[in-house]
Amino acid sequence: MNKDIERYTPSERSNHWAVAILFFLAGLSGLALFHPSLFWLSNFFGGGPWTRILHPFLGVAMFIFFIWLAMRFAHHNRWEKADGQWLKQWKDVVNNREDKLPEVGRYNAGQKILFWVLLLCMLVLLATGVVIWRQYFSHLFGIELIRISALLHAFAAWVLICSIIVHIYAGIWIKGSISAMLHGWVSRAWARKHHGAWYKEVSKEEGGKH
Amino acid sequence: MASQDIIARSATTTPMPSVRQMDDVAKLIDVSKCIGCKACQVACSEWNELRDEVGHNHGVYDNPMDLTAESWTVMRFTEYESDAGNLEWLIRKDGCMHCAEPGCLAACPSPGAIVKYANGIVDFNQDKCIGCGYCITGCPFNIPRISQKDHKAYKCSLCSDRVSVGLEPACVKTCPTGAIVFGSKEDMKEHAAERIVDLKSRGFENAGLYDPQGVGGTHVMYVLHHADRPSLYAGLPDDPGISPMVSLWKGVTKPLALLGMGLVALFGFFHYVRVGPNRVEEDEAPQGDATVHKVDPSVREFDPKSPS
Ligand code: SF4
Ligand code: SF4
Repeated sequence: MNKDIERYTPSERSNHWAVAILFFLAGLSGLALFHPSLFWLSNFFGGGPWTRILHPFLGVAMFIFFIWLAMRFAHHNRWEKADGQWLKQWKDVVNNREDKLPEVGRYNAGQKILFWVLLLCMLVLLATGVVIWRQYFSHLFGIELIRISALLHAFAAWVLICSIIVHIYAGIWIKGSISAMLHGWVSRAWARKHHGAWYKEVSKEEGGKH
Repeated sequence: MASQDIIARSATTTPMPSVRQMDDVAKLIDVSKCIGCKACQVACSEWNELRDEVGHNHGVYDNPMDLTAESWTVMRFTEYESDAGNLEWLIRKDGCMHCAEPGCLAACPSPGAIVKYANGIVDFNQDKCIGCGYCITGCPFNIPRISQKDHKAYKCSLCSDRVSVGLEPACVKTCPTGAIVFGSKEDMKEHAAERIVDLKSRGFENAGLYDPQGVGGTHVMYVLHHADRPSLYAGLPDDPGISPMVSLWKGVTKPLALLGMGLVALFGFFHYVRVGPNRVEEDEAPQGDATVHKVDPSVREFDPKSPS
């Protein structure tokens, strides 16, 4: 017998993809306002004014779904000793020499860093986004704060987008991870290869259950 | 104005038409001659067909209390006691300064919503404005206002429509004391110089011209009796310039940031090309393991590989 392991529950998957869709919408509408060469993206949202109207709502929706997702996953992302070692061996990581790496739990150090960076970006984006939301909130804040917020908002968005590019690429690179997030299941071999410690854990739980 | 006259345009990275040479125009406001009658405020709303809401008396002469989308110019009154103990009533006509290097234009993300004409006038095109308010963030003088009716930004246009057909701005035409004059920037500087000599001879030894170089000079200039302390005049900035926050936000960092994102993606692509995907080999699969489910009672048991 060689049965699969369920890595993500249907709710986790739906939550993840809700965030992903909203990230694309908020990201593209934000990029339209980020640089003149991308202003044409505003056409996807019904023109400039609609882009300006929709962007903050899309952002808030993304934030809410992200926080929900973060609450589901935060406890899997606590930093552990082995994570430092994993990072030190980044050359083995990028060259697919997983056998040389310390055994990884549910998430590896790279995934954990991504998680916390995303969370930080989301918090900065929300706080600064409210300050520069002209229609409802900007009149409550001083001009210097608005200026710093505009800058930080763009910076946090940049970090977020770069991180997500890495995240998407990792999904393409590590075969089996996109399908894990799409339908939820990974093979036992996949679990053993990429997340050995997690694999042992679930095997034990399973042993206890039976 | 003809389209050849636009020499700078918001959110546009390619050069603007620059064949036509035009003299810089300027409006000179001689604060020492202003009597605070607000005829210019009235003329402005007359010519531009703006009717601001009738407000309330706040116990001061300022009315309205601030610039709005429908009040493009307001008189700001300051009671100032000089060191000698004299009370001076400093009255400044506030409104867009028509900066040579406009922070509003630098900050605006919508192509063509803000333009600068060859004669120096900075104009907003409300039809292209998206209402984001970035111009407010960029302006060193706190001038643009967004209308709550249509969410477009408005400010003094220096009567660009009048100027383009050889007329002076409405406020200039109406000013009963001649405190506001209009002409080529050079002529206005000369005129100011004469006024400053006169003011100095009358005891205002710090009289001077306000044409701040931090924004490349302005096309609305003031003659001030206390040019050493512009901020006396209801907070006129002593040394205005585009905030470093705004320059960082809108300057070279943007193309560099785009480049950075592109590089990250390109890095990924070449990693795939050189190192290749990370696959699980079939033979890594062990024998004899039973199905493992995540322990989550809310989840229906489902095993895609088991016969149903
Ligand atoms: S004063 Fe403000 S609104 Fe007027 S041109 Fe300068 S930056 Fe633009
Ligand atoms: S509010 Fe209008 S004019 Fe001001 S920056 Fe936004 S698009 Fe440009």
